[in-house]
Amino acid sequence: MKLAIDGLYKAFESRVRLGIMSALAVNDTLDFNALKEFLGLTDGNLASHIKALEKEQFIGVTKSFVGKKPNTQYFITALGKTAFNQHLKALAQLIESQK
Amino acid sequence: MKKEKDYIGDIAEIRSMMERSSKFLSLSGWAGVMAGVYALAAAYLSYAVLDFNPGEIAPSTNGLATGFPIPPQLVSLALGTLLLAIGTAVFLSQRKSSKRGEKLWNATSRRMVATMAIPLVSGGLLILILLNNGLVGLAAPFSLIFYGLALFAAGSFTYGAVKFLGLMEVVLGLIGTCFIGYGLLCWAIGFGVLHIVYGIYIHYRYETEM
Repeated sequence: MKLAIDGLYKAFESRVRLGIMSALAVNDTLDFNALKEFLGLTDGNLASHIKALEKEQFIGVTKSFVGKKPNTQYFITALGKTAFNQHLKALAQLIESQK
Repeated sequence: MKKEKDYIGDIAEIRSMMERSSKFLSLSGWAGVMAGVYALAAAYLSYAVLDFNPGEIAPSTNGLATGFPIPPQLVSLALGTLLLAIGTAVFLSQRKSSKRGEKLWNATSRRMVATMAIPLVSGGLLILILLNNGLVGLAAPFSLIFYGLALFAAGSFTYGAVKFLGLMEVVLGLIGTCFIGYGLLCWAIGFGVLHIVYGIYIHYRYETEM
């Protein structure tokens, strides 16, 4: 796992990825379009951020079909949840220490 | 190194995204007030004009308990009020969500509507069956109970106050079931007064900055 010196995860440096993790942390699953709406991103932009988080195994994907339409659902993995919580804790500590 | 400001910004983004993706916050307070006003008007019309205020569960008109004792005007009035209230809510919430730069029909609102649909549809069908069997007195209190259950369930996906509103509606519905003679009064309080109070609360609590 890539950690910066201050305990923050490199993967969560971007606001977009932080947003994806936040949305998935409070929802069991979300599909691509729901994430796109919440974040206000283009398909390509969102897809690249999702791919990065998938590579770290912080989020998982289930692919299925609803009728003939493909339905892709994203969810947060146990690993992702731990990392996200640690990142939050580190953020809180940094803010606290800079007061 | 990031500045402290950025960390606070990160936390703010996380908070806002968690809220936006799990809660439907475009519910308009004014819609609640308007629904309450429609309900009070409808309750008044059905009482004063259509003379509807059943004193017992199955009133027998001149000893004729059978048949369909609901005047069609009352059914039209009820449906009209419902459609007007829903229409106003959709219209005002649409305005509020576009102000917030969100879509009204998103993952959160879809989930909220789906959650509400189950108690509402089952309650609605039950009431139709009751009416069909002449149990007119139960219609008003049962509509309160099932509406309250729907609100309580929906409360998980929107302002927490909705949960409380739902509980109050259920309590009123149960009171109305015990005292059928006060059924219409309870209905007027539940759908009228409570909606207005709730709407004003939401407006001043969450909408004053808009």
